[in-house]
Amino acid sequence: MPRFLTDSEHRTLAAACDRLIPPLDAHPGAAALGVADYVDTLLAAFTFDPPRIFAGGPYSGRAGGDASFDDFLALSPLEELAWRTRIEGSRGEPAREFNGPVVGWQQRYRDGLGGLGADFADQPPGEQDRRLDADPAFKALCYEHACEGAYGAPEYGGNRGLAGWTAIHFAGDVQPRGYTDEAVSGRD
Amino acid sequence: MTDAAHATLDCDVVVVGTGPGGATAAHVLTRAGRSVIMLEKGRNHLLALDAPFGPLGHVSNDEIKFTRRHFLGPDPLLEPRTFRIDDGDGDRRWTGDVNNLPSTVGGGGFHADGKLPRFREVDFRARSELGPIEGADIADWPFGYDELEPYYTEAERLVGVAGDHTANPFAAWRSGPYPMPPGPDMFCATVTAAAAERLGYHPYRAPTGVNSIEYDGRPACNNCGFCAFYGCPIEAKGDPVGLLRAALHTGHCEIRPDAHVTEVVLDATGRQARGVRYLDAAGDLHEVTASAVVVACGAFETPRLLTRSGIGNPDIVGRFLMYHLQTLVLGLFPFRLHAHRGRAVTHLMDDPIVPDELAMAAARDAGLPYFRGGIVEHGGAGMPIMEAMHLPSGEMHSRLMLDSPMRDCMAAFTMQGEDLPQATNRIDDDPRVRDVWGRPAGRVTYSPHAHDAACATHWAPRLEAVMKEAGAHTTFWVTSPPLRDHLRAGADPTPTSRHVMGTTRMGTDARITVCDPTQRCWDVDNVLVADSSVFPTSTGYGPTLTIVATALRAATLLAGGDAPRTTP
Ligand SMILES: Cc1cc2nc3c(=O)[nH]c(=O)nc-3n(C[C@H](O)[C@H](O)[C@H](O)COP(=O)(O)OP(=O)(O)OC[C@H]3O[C@@H](n4cnc5c(N)ncnc54)[C@H](O)[C@@H]3O)c2cc1C
Ligand code: SF4
Repeated sequence: MPRFLTDSEHRTLAAACDRLIPPLDAHPGAAALGVADYVDTLLAAFTFDPPRIFAGGPYSGRAGGDASFDDFLALSPLEELAWRTRIEGSRGEPAREFNGPVVGWQQRYRDGLGGLGADFADQPPGEQDRRLDADPAFKALCYEHACEGAYGAPEYGGNRGLAGWTAIHFAGDVQPRGYTDEAVSGRD
Repeated sequence: MTDAAHATLDCDVVVVGTGPGGATAAHVLTRAGRSVIMLEKGRNHLLALDAPFGPLGHVSNDEIKFTRRHFLGPDPLLEPRTFRIDDGDGDRRWTGDVNNLPSTVGGGGFHADGKLPRFREVDFRARSELGPIEGADIADWPFGYDELEPYYTEAERLVGVAGDHTANPFAAWRSGPYPMPPGPDMFCATVTAAAAERLGYHPYRAPTGVNSIEYDGRPACNNCGFCAFYGCPIEAKGDPVGLLRAALHTGHCEIRPDAHVTEVVLDATGRQARGVRYLDAAGDLHEVTASAVVVACGAFETPRLLTRSGIGNPDIVGRFLMYHLQTLVLGLFPFRLHAHRGRAVTHLMDDPIVPDELAMAAARDAGLPYFRGGIVEHGGAGMPIMEAMHLPSGEMHSRLMLDSPMRDCMAAFTMQGEDLPQATNRIDDDPRVRDVWGRPAGRVTYSPHAHDAACATHWAPRLEAVMKEAGAHTTFWVTSPPLRDHLRAGADPTPTSRHVMGTTRMGTDARITVCDPTQRCWDVDNVLVADSSVFPTSTGYGPTLTIVATALRAATLLAGGDAPRTTP
């Protein structure tokens, strides 16, 4: 269940990101990688406590040690101001508008997904590409977040089942195990 | 100051900034028994501030947190900076992240990957030994390499530098070996270093501030690869956590994070500082009184703090800003190089710093008396999100991510070309853009000297030839900042260099410099600058070991200690 996006927006976003990072051979597409969940978690970051902005550390548990990435870190007052502004927009609040109004990502996704149309997911690829190209700024925003969601740590909501890393032969976070000296210096 | 007046002070010395410069000063002063309060604008993710000052566990192999979400600050939404090439750009050309180094306890040392070479003897005497270059203001340093050598030795010991002291034929003399042997070579660098040797160059294993063995109570690096731009989850990087922890252990040091110093407070004469004022996380204003102030905010913020406080000749403070003109030479290989494992760079070469016949001829052709390039770092590319963001979307994206031309098959040379000092390159206040505290954003006005551009243009094809010799099937090069002819409209014109220097120059002439030869401000001599702001020239080497060495020297002199001596 998405927390910020509607089901319909979530479906549109998954389809849009699948055009930006499409499935190919061993590489799953953005939809299968859970990129729409990544974006939804980011847009809904402040519905979690602590907000899901900075994952914890030092280890995820995937390479040894206790898993702690899921223990997101509390934000300072200034960090909260910055991330609320970025996500929610400035909403006319003077504290968020010291350099003028800011349109937040929530609004940009709402408008951008609306612009793609509720029937976007059912369109043929050519039509989907045409609609995405009609709004280059929104396409760029989706692409940026799709890259994060496809290849970032799964605790942020994407990279489902580590499939993004697996596809590209990337081990991901490796602490505290690390790599041996031979793995650094030798030819694979 | 009378004893009674001294007794009412909050501490002996207040240190502003906790990066390598501030941490070094705090270490020296607390070791000498002085009480120190350190004020840091950013948050603390580095170490517990209660004994035994262990790691907080916030640091992780997390590309999103460190490279996408400004975890170590500053967040450009809160603290935007602006940039313009020259007055012709109007008030600004660019707003956002301009050479942001972390704003956090530990400063830039927190996430640097710590190639820590020393400068060479001639670097301190460039004006008298090499002569002037038109349009630049090349100056000698007010002290020489021989005077700094014992401090370099101490800096390497304190930070923990691993290296091979016999490896670099161009290196300055040194009084002893490095404290640790070099760490493992990255495969990618062994391929490019061997090719460089075949072509007559002199690559060597980089001295790095990373433990190759257990050292100073911290473990050896385990090669996780999340190194440059990341903190080290296991504390294998010594800079500056080792220095800060040592200062805290003396019992004479307190670190206050989220403390934004707004001004150095002067007494009624305007010739002595009596402390500083700072805003805490809640926005409340505080004052800390002290008999001396160490300013170590980094070369971007230090001149701004002095200017706000009315310290230094306003016509000079902020001028002579220097970076390194980075020439990035990239080679794509038909096999995997896995440069994302281990430290980010394991080999350097100094050849462009010591010009050969070819370079001298090219310099003459460009109408210049000589070329001074910079160290060439042998490294590779980074992590998957970074690679993905550089690729086009669509099928090409997925195809290229599978093949990984960048992350896994690319080698990179970065030449940190010497940037000649020019008075027109400067930091001042933007007339309109504001930071979250309502104050003017810092603004850079910067354009590299013709020397820097000509030197890059000469060395780039020579370095491409090394890449080809190493087996690259495709090579190309770019500079950062882009040379004027290569600058596309709307493209980011800012230098990616995180080596920022020269904005409160030191020297022997009070009329044309801000700090005296002991790094104290000429007009307010109980204010000492302990960062690369004081550098008269940029040289072609990373600045950080020299920041630590010069801060050691300046803080030792402030504490009344004897200057140590070594001999070649
Ligand atoms: C990825 C990366 C790799 C690098 N690699 C190398 C390398 O290999 N070799 C090398 O030599 N250098 C390297 N550097 C550069 C190195 O990080 C800097 O040279 C070094 O950190 C500078 O130290 P400093 O103490 O002068 O300033 P900083 O490290 O910038 O610290 C200044 C501190 O002061 C604080 N501050 C600023 N203003 C205020 C204020 N008003 N009130 C309170 N606090 C304030 C800041 O928040 C900051 O924490 C690298 C940098 C990066 C980003
Ligand atoms: S590569 Fe080594 S020094 Fe760098 S972050 Fe990983 S463990 Fe630490």
